[in-house]
Amino acid sequence: MLQDLQSKFINNFITDNRWQYLTDGLIVTLQITLCAVIVGIVLGFLVGMVRATHDRTGKMKILNAICQIYLTVIRGTPVVVQLMLIYYGIFASATVNKVAVAVMAFGINSGAYVAEIFRSGIMSIDNGQFEAGRSLGFNYRQTMIYIVMPQAFKNVLPALGNEFISLLKETSVSGYIALQDLTKGGDIIRSRTYDAFMPLIAVALIYLIVVLIFSKLVSLLERRLRNSDH
Amino acid sequence: MITNGEVLIRVEDVHKVFGGALHALNGITTEIRKGEVVVVVGPSGSGKSTFLRSLNLLEVPSSGKIYFEGVDITDKKVNIDQHRQKMGMVFQHFNLFPHKTILENITLAPIKVRRKSKEEAEKQAMELLQLVGLEEKAHSYPSQLSGGQKQRIAIVRSLAMEPDVMLFDEPTSALDPEMVGEVLDLMKQLAKDGMTMVVVTHEMGFAREVGTRVIFMDAGQIKEEADPEEFFTNPKDPRLQEFLSKVL
Repeated sequence: MLQDLQSKFINNFITDNRWQYLTDGLIVTLQITLCAVIVGIVLGFLVGMVRATHDRTGKMKILNAICQIYLTVIRGTPVVVQLMLIYYGIFASATVNKVAVAVMAFGINSGAYVAEIFRSGIMSIDNGQFEAGRSLGFNYRQTMIYIVMPQAFKNVLPALGNEFISLLKETSVSGYIALQDLTKGGDIIRSRTYDAFMPLIAVALIYLIVVLIFSKLVSLLERRLRNSDH
Repeated sequence: MITNGEVLIRVEDVHKVFGGALHALNGITTEIRKGEVVVVVGPSGSGKSTFLRSLNLLEVPSSGKIYFEGVDITDKKVNIDQHRQKMGMVFQHFNLFPHKTILENITLAPIKVRRKSKEEAEKQAMELLQLVGLEEKAHSYPSQLSGGQKQRIAIVRSLAMEPDVMLFDEPTSALDPEMVGEVLDLMKQLAKDGMTMVVVTHEMGFAREVGTRVIFMDAGQIKEEADPEEFFTNPKDPRLQEFLSKVL
């Protein structure tokens, strides 16, 4: 039994340096996730601000309508379909970096969720905070920057952490555009060794470890922010 | 420069309609002169808070004009942020910034809006804190203060912008009874030092003792305004008579 496991392990990971499928895949997965998170946060921040400004002041009607279409379409369709549409549809004839395509697709997708996270964070701040800021002579933008956003950010940090974790796992569909991410790496090993169990358990474990490390970082950051106002 | 007794704020036939139906202000016309302490009283829903909040355009009037230091601030072309710097406002629920220390609460606007240096703003803040006896709280956060202390800090925060008028929106209504006194004492001190004040309150004692003029509002209109002596001993409007019989 134990020997059987050992020979399977060697066959799946050691022979032909097959472990490299996993490490190379992990690097691709992390590249896509980290870059897409940045795209998602920037995009989500902008869209969230437009939506929150519209909610509070009734201004930016046209921009808000555009943002709402974006949110509806992105949140109403599967990310894997969006990914394939962008790769096979939009960039069909062009030679493009697949990682860049994935970053774009996952970033645009994540932005929709982040936008609603930011918006709910801003709306969670009591209107009295806005009024206090405005009554002191701050304009709308300054009130947002100095008074509302710092409080809102603290409130949405757990939700942003969740979004990062979701995104990391969602990138596992990158194989659909023939990207060799972590999941695809495990799948390639399976196709070589005809053993599904071991490579996929390894893939699952690696995702889990990355998520655990990241969750720890988020909770550390949360604690630090909480300390700043008792 | 506007000297004592001159008109600081002029309100001309201001109406405010909420959602097309609720007529919160129904033709308000009055003046606030420099050095006055105008106390606004009335039943809840009478529009007194809306009136106060329209003075610095936190509520934008549906029609009518408001002149502050001779400028029509209801004019869309006017930069309202500049004028609000000169109109301090104190809220029922304090609205201190919970993510900032007391010192930062007080210095934020002087530094970012007035472009004062940090040292200058902090020096001024500490002087103001000494005035209200809360200098040892400079590095505390709002959540560590009592309600009365929070409201005194909120007043100090407004004072740090060196306003020409202070607007108080039921400043003692959210306080425990034993903390009302410390806030009213500070407001009395301000009045004595010559600050122009408009105060919406249920504290009839304050109105009588400190007010130079009392306004009674009902159904979005000013029903009566008089000096406190006349207002409380010889009310003319029947709604005011009824109101006073309930609250005194």
